[in-house]
Amino acid sequence: MYVAVKGGEAAIRNAHSLLADRRRGDRSVPALRLDQIVEQLALGVDRVMSEGSLYDLELAALAIVQARGDMIEAIFLVRAYRTTLPRFGYSNPIDTGAMLVERRVSATYKDLPGGQLLGPTFDYTHRLLDPELAAGANVAAPLRRETEAQAMPRVSAILAREGLIEPDGEMPQDHVPGDITREPLEFPMARDIRLQALSRGDEGFLLALGYSTQRGYARNHPFVGEIRIGEVELELDVPELPFAAPLGTVRVTECQMVNQFKGSAKAPPQFTRGYGLVFGQSERKAMAMALCDRALRASELGEDIIAAAQDEEFVISHSDNVQATGFVEHLKLPHYVDFQAELDLVRRMRAEYEARKNPAKVDEKREAAE
Amino acid sequence: MRGQEARDQAERKAAMATLAQSSGDDIVRLWNEAGLPSQAELLRGPETGLVTLRGRIGGGGAPFNVGEATVTRATVRLPSGQVGHCYALGRDKQKAKLAAIADALWQDPARRTEVETRLIGPLRSALATAQEKRRAETAATKVDFFTMVRGED
Repeated sequence: MYVAVKGGEAAIRNAHSLLADRRRGDRSVPALRLDQIVEQLALGVDRVMSEGSLYDLELAALAIVQARGDMIEAIFLVRAYRTTLPRFGYSNPIDTGAMLVERRVSATYKDLPGGQLLGPTFDYTHRLLDPELAAGANVAAPLRRETEAQAMPRVSAILAREGLIEPDGEMPQDHVPGDITREPLEFPMARDIRLQALSRGDEGFLLALGYSTQRGYARNHPFVGEIRIGEVELELDVPELPFAAPLGTVRVTECQMVNQFKGSAKAPPQFTRGYGLVFGQSERKAMAMALCDRALRASELGEDIIAAAQDEEFVISHSDNVQATGFVEHLKLPHYVDFQAELDLVRRMRAEYEARKNPAKVDEKREAAE
Repeated sequence: MRGQEARDQAERKAAMATLAQSSGDDIVRLWNEAGLPSQAELLRGPETGLVTLRGRIGGGGAPFNVGEATVTRATVRLPSGQVGHCYALGRDKQKAKLAAIADALWQDPARRTEVETRLIGPLRSALATAQEKRRAETAATKVDFFTMVRGED
């Protein structure tokens, strides 16, 4: 029998001070400053903002240091911090067409208005480790090309002219965008709610699911219509001002995936679309999100649901890495009582099993005991 | 709305946008250089909260919630009575307070030119320079396609 106990306060306290020590590491090595992380580990900061679902560069950098570089722990910290703040409201929808573009590529159109702008990309690098970087070499300023500012319409607007691509996703006129931070998840869910969940979803999980669609599990023939990264202005309607309050700019990544679709009972042959929109420079995540968004539209488009990536409840219920890590990691917390009960149960089952298998032996034992 | 009123609102909004996009350090530096008055009664804040950022499905479709952003706001009243507001991304409370005072001063016809020339103007040109630099750096990564000539001769 198990008797309730308590204890561990001193052990926990000491473990946390040991954690603080190990986090700081060798004191002869200079401590990291948050601005160093914001500037030099920028994509890690962006991932923490996007999956932590909070746009704040310094807080994300602090979370990364505090978590010793454990990204999911950092995301967890940011999510927890969010709950301490009041909510001022919902912004007006951002206009990605008016973005100050830092990167913009299309795999479907070579010559598109505004052109292909590679920006600060890892693409076409040789993936060779750079010893000069290790030695702390100076980095030259980037080249500039003076040009007239050019309008950069979204590629979807160009394709739309031919009528061969579905329009941007519409919802019924009186539809109020759902908010998973206010209401519990319910299935089936509308596309707007799915997109909110996907935007904060785990990059690795969505990447694997997106990859699975490419490998044939719910194949949907994707092309990158466009990826654009850059800053957009944010505005908030407030009662005290006669116009929307300008809040400043945020960097986002948008991916327009275009998918060939041979048609179904519900929709004619055309190009369908998947959409990704993520905080910061998070191209892989935006692409994975767009692949998953498209796969999850299976029932809307009259496709058979045959693969994991199309299963809304499976994808959305398991895409949140804070929930996932909470449930997986809780297993290491004391389960002494549960286990004691299970142990007792398994002992009894084993005894019954032995008795069935070898009745004579048990009888012998019983006789001997008597 | 009359034309003048609409123009005023557009200019006020543009000034607020410039303040929201500028760093707190730049605002403080220019504020001190210009010797702008900073006495004002705080009516609200400065306080930090969240704004949920919305996007549109497919870029131009129905709105959906993307995630939240930290925003700091402040509301002030000047001794002369003007009430100013600030909403700005981030958690810089001093910036929010100064930007709210700047908004209030901007509404005072006797002060507007001073605020525009000593504070908003320099901030705006610094932002424009930074934006132009970014645009030019990005433009240098633009792909120029060349048609390949078949090498038969």
